[in-house]
Amino acid sequence: MTAIERYAAPQSLDEALGILQQGDVTILAGGTDLMLQTKVGRIAFKPTLMNIGRVAGLKGVTVDGQHLRIGALTTISELLRDPLVAQHAPVLAEACDHFASDQIRNAGTLGGNINNASPAGDTLVPLIVLDAEVELASKPNGSVATRRLPLAEFFTGPGRTKRNANELLTAVRIPLPKPGHVARFYKFGTRPALDISTISIGIAGIKRDGMLTDTRVAFGAVAPTPLRAPRTEAALEGRRLDAGAIEAAADAARDEVNPIDDIRASAWYRKELIHNMTKRMLDHVAQA
Amino acid sequence: MSLKHDIEFTLNGVTQRLAVDVTMNALDMLRDVVGLTGTKYGCGEGECGACTIRVDGETRNSCLMFAVDFDGRDIVTIEGLAADPKADALRESFVEHGAVQCGFCTPGMVMQASHILDTHPDADAEAIKRGLEGNLCRCTGYKKIVDAVESACCGGR
Repeated sequence: MTAIERYAAPQSLDEALGILQQGDVTILAGGTDLMLQTKVGRIAFKPTLMNIGRVAGLKGVTVDGQHLRIGALTTISELLRDPLVAQHAPVLAEACDHFASDQIRNAGTLGGNINNASPAGDTLVPLIVLDAEVELASKPNGSVATRRLPLAEFFTGPGRTKRNANELLTAVRIPLPKPGHVARFYKFGTRPALDISTISIGIAGIKRDGMLTDTRVAFGAVAPTPLRAPRTEAALEGRRLDAGAIEAAADAARDEVNPIDDIRASAWYRKELIHNMTKRMLDHVAQA
Repeated sequence: MSLKHDIEFTLNGVTQRLAVDVTMNALDMLRDVVGLTGTKYGCGEGECGACTIRVDGETRNSCLMFAVDFDGRDIVTIEGLAADPKADALRESFVEHGAVQCGFCTPGMVMQASHILDTHPDADAEAIKRGLEGNLCRCTGYKKIVDAVESACCGGR
């Protein structure tokens, strides 16, 4: 284990990005994942530990043009009670309500849940079906540069993302919903609190005249990363949500996921859950 | 030796200045450095809630918090709550309902219950159960705990 040589608690984004640019930094926000993962040795501390909790401007929810903008340091509790989230992204609030416990929701941040990049991360599946993008800031040559990346393309493996070492995830942007937008989230666990998903499902789209367009389907805990499901989406796109289309989509979903056996469920059981719950959710969307 | 960092924070209303190991968790600091042992170590991974404290008014698992992150914050532990007259009704209600068996989960339960009462003063039994879902009682004395908190809500109903 590398010894920590420096602790920094920057107060501005500019200062934080400057520290990141020097390299070899472990980023601390809420700490709930970092504390555990460093304790069990899954993550090794780098020479600089940077606490971003005091960086100004990284907290809170705003409407920015046609997008909902959520600062990376916004806690899960804050999302759960935010009126703008309730109005424009209620499916995200619903996922936050199934997130761990009050104590952890008070500590954990949205940026942390994303960067922890667990295949079972509770906010990831709803954010993917809402077409969320992440905003990444860096200061490569003295001035702040930002880029945006669709969240669906952000994850490269368990605990791994496309964030470069000199970048900080500053915000998540979600397009404001269009008329007719529907979104559903389902998480299966053995108890409501503090459970890591056995599987989770997100479905969204524009429903008009019984038909779904702009279809988005994503699954959690069935692959090394949260997974967007293009074949399931194709089975639904532009079709009437009748029994035949729903069954075809549920079959596509079962074939599209590639889960593993672990302590929470077997691969077979996960595939069955994906099939049955996708079907149930689509039935509810059809009836809504 | 690990790196230490100077921090200053308010603990149960009193200013504290300490140099802490930057990787130390807040629970170890409270128990082993400050010497307040009312906050308990149960699981060390945020599952049991025995280590619940208030940080700037919000409850947190102290086992999952970096001690160095206390810097500039207002911390209340069960010892602070014990000296707070506002918590008298809650404490008396736990006694009255026999909501304590072995007592190990009690400090965390009372800390979380006080947070529920502050944020949802009209909480019903269902809301209290949701609020306490991050606190485990190994004696499984949940019924009496929920009854005690419910009875302390709105000064009893």
